[in-house]
Amino acid sequence: MYRFAFGRLLQAIPVLLVVITVTFFLVHSAPGGPFSADKAVPPEVIKALEEQYNLNQPVWQQYVSYLGDVLQGDFGPSFKYSGRTVNELIAAGLPVTAELALYAMLVALGVGITAGVGAAMRPNTLQDYLPMTGAMIGICMPSFLLGPLLVLIFGIHLDWLPVSGWGDIPGDKILPSITLGTGYAAYIARLSRGGMLEVLSQDYIRTARAKGLSERLIIVKHALRGGLIPVVAFLGPAFAGLLAGSFVVETIFQIPGMGRFYVQAAFNRDYTLILGMTIFLSTLIILFNLLSDMLAIWLNPKLRHEIQGAK
Amino acid sequence: MSYSSSISSIYPRKWTTGLGVKVFLIFVFFGLTSCGGGESNVSAGNKTGTLYWGNGTEPQSLDPQIATGVPEHHIISAVMEGLVLKDRKTLEPRPGVAESWTISEDGRVYTFKLRDNARWSNGDPHTAHDYAWSWWRALQPALGNLYAYMLFPIENAQQYYEGDVSDFDEVGVKALDDRTLQVTLSFATPYFLQLLDHYSLFPVHQATIEKFGDADQRGTRWTYEGNLVGNGPFKLVDWKINRRIVVQSNPHYWDAKNVSLKEIIFIPIENIVTEERMFRAGQLHVTSSLPADKISVYREAKNPELRIAPYLGTYYYRLNVRKPQLQDPRVRRALAMTVDRQRLVDNITKGGQIPAYAMTPPGTMGYYPESNLKFDPEGAKRLLAEAGYPNGEGFPPTEILYNTNEGHRKVAVALQDMWKKHLNIDVRLLNQEWKVYLDTESAGQYEISRAGWIGDYVDPNNFLDLFLCDGGNNRTGWCNEEYDRLILDVAPSMTSHEERLKVFQKAETMLLDDMPIIPIYTYTTVQLVSSSVKNFDPNIMNAASYKDIYLQADE
Repeated sequence: MYRFAFGRLLQAIPVLLVVITVTFFLVHSAPGGPFSADKAVPPEVIKALEEQYNLNQPVWQQYVSYLGDVLQGDFGPSFKYSGRTVNELIAAGLPVTAELALYAMLVALGVGITAGVGAAMRPNTLQDYLPMTGAMIGICMPSFLLGPLLVLIFGIHLDWLPVSGWGDIPGDKILPSITLGTGYAAYIARLSRGGMLEVLSQDYIRTARAKGLSERLIIVKHALRGGLIPVVAFLGPAFAGLLAGSFVVETIFQIPGMGRFYVQAAFNRDYTLILGMTIFLSTLIILFNLLSDMLAIWLNPKLRHEIQGAK
Repeated sequence: MSYSSSISSIYPRKWTTGLGVKVFLIFVFFGLTSCGGGESNVSAGNKTGTLYWGNGTEPQSLDPQIATGVPEHHIISAVMEGLVLKDRKTLEPRPGVAESWTISEDGRVYTFKLRDNARWSNGDPHTAHDYAWSWWRALQPALGNLYAYMLFPIENAQQYYEGDVSDFDEVGVKALDDRTLQVTLSFATPYFLQLLDHYSLFPVHQATIEKFGDADQRGTRWTYEGNLVGNGPFKLVDWKINRRIVVQSNPHYWDAKNVSLKEIIFIPIENIVTEERMFRAGQLHVTSSLPADKISVYREAKNPELRIAPYLGTYYYRLNVRKPQLQDPRVRRALAMTVDRQRLVDNITKGGQIPAYAMTPPGTMGYYPESNLKFDPEGAKRLLAEAGYPNGEGFPPTEILYNTNEGHRKVAVALQDMWKKHLNIDVRLLNQEWKVYLDTESAGQYEISRAGWIGDYVDPNNFLDLFLCDGGNNRTGWCNEEYDRLILDVAPSMTSHEERLKVFQKAETMLLDDMPIIPIYTYTTVQLVSSSVKNFDPNIMNAASYKDIYLQADE
């Protein structure tokens, strides 16, 4: 298991290097520089700014010195937010985005697994069709539609919940978490239904039924562990996706997370901020994938054997 | 939309319980218990004197000599102040840090008397020397001050900035003593007093800046909460990235006893749809904007909180006169004459914009530009035929370039349609992301391009000097030496206001005869303002005078 993890971490190094290199040259070749503006910028100013951010050097030289900084964990200064470092901006947004992603994940798991398992218990009945139709809608419904819809109902018409903010007004975390979690809940519902259906048709479940165990016990004690393996495998990418994809929800609900910076950075050609965010998120995605693979191995004896066999 | 109740009917009993518990736990986790019934920001703020202000985007800098945007301007004007303020309605100069001033007969020498109770927000005395030092800093090229040109009316300021003069003593700024500042201009500049209220001429606190870095160093931490020392009615107390900036009344401010607000909370909200919802939910007193498709809703409801006011800005199209089909002024005029501006503002932009037939907005410093441009499809057809394109035949493929934005797209589609209908010419639309569009436009690789100009100060000069031959904002390739002479030499030499305006009118007429641009409309600011916000009058610069505002809930 440790060898497996170590191997995967080693593999991550070239992956990250490719990510850095491609992103670096992509952003530097994108038309428009970080300092171009609607109002003509005097040449003296452009010169002063380029000097300050080393943009007057050849690109490969900038690349080498950037790599050196990144190795030391320094993503450099933001071009746009004068006086802020990229590390500082990530540090400001990460806790918020992570919290949002965590709550969204809880919503996704709570609703998704309940609906999926419930559906699998009575396949091809109303109890199956209804949540699965709901899941299909949930997958198809983009958060930029769902978010405003929820706000309209619960924030404006019913006036139960705040329409925006994060930790400013009690209850303002509910709508964004549900908005962000719904798509994933729907996906998890389908995954857990599929997984459960497969497990429920296995011999050992039939044995359990033959023993006369209650349906509830069969599900909770015997079927869930196997049936949720697809969900577990999905957790890593899902959590990474929630972190990286929270932009829309952050914008709708006025949440001070990382996502808003990421998109603004691209519009502003804030090279260091784009790069820093990309590297940071790539690292997270690699780590979460690894963690969820390890969890899947731990849950699934078949995989464990495969790995040990490969030794 | 209650999730558990709609499902309970189809789930067997035992599952309903399980689901209920889970949903319950999730909601407890989020602290739902305390939701509902809370007091809104607006009604709480009305009692405590806290103004909640929707402020567009996260400010990029609060350094007045680095910042450039509108959100930055709002915050800076709360925490800093210039020698002269503007009247909150008419924008006439009013005493600020300077309690009085005299102007020499030739209009070139200004002598300001500073208040003896002027203080920095840390209690330090605030003197005339602060201005000399601040303006020296504003002219350091290394600082990258985009608004350095605002100081150029001062004698030798431009020469110093460009390195032709190396000794700052030759620049026309002298602190005669602690309370007297003398400013000498290169020539009489009627709008100079206005410039003093622009943040690039605000004073900065030398000791603070030097504590956090070199005077001409960008991006030091002197503008952050706990560090920033200003001289305005408010002081910065909190800055949470992308969340809020909080300023509170400054007890050291010279006019502190007349400042009513205790606190202003600036909230950066990029999404104007969210901003409107926040306003409706009582989380904001003032929004920065309003989505175009909401304007008619508020209008029809006769909502008194909708505010539409003229804004000192012109929405126009650039015509690239270097392109063969646009070289002929008759073609350019024909295009301009077939834009039905009234229909456009009534049906497309809908924000109460004013059709524009000249570059300078009407009423700029008493200047109402005359224009012989009008909507005249028949005349335009004739002009186009004279230029060799009868009924639009043989007109080369032409594109309208605009930056990706729904509002710009609608205008472009409307013009495309009008030109097809009236001139029978086909133009295509090309949208590009903001920075790409800037690049394409600056490189002159366009035929027709969308543009807008918002005035930095209220004077026709600020609109007309865009089209000087080598003006960085010209970008049309149009160049007329007589026009340059009028703007650069003749207008500044005029001693009377009326004479000066006549020169501008002459220049404007030349511009309109040649038509390297198509003026479309004069901007308006459209925003929502809570009825409890008092003394916040609309003005054409959309500048708020925070020291005058007070909050009072309507009964």
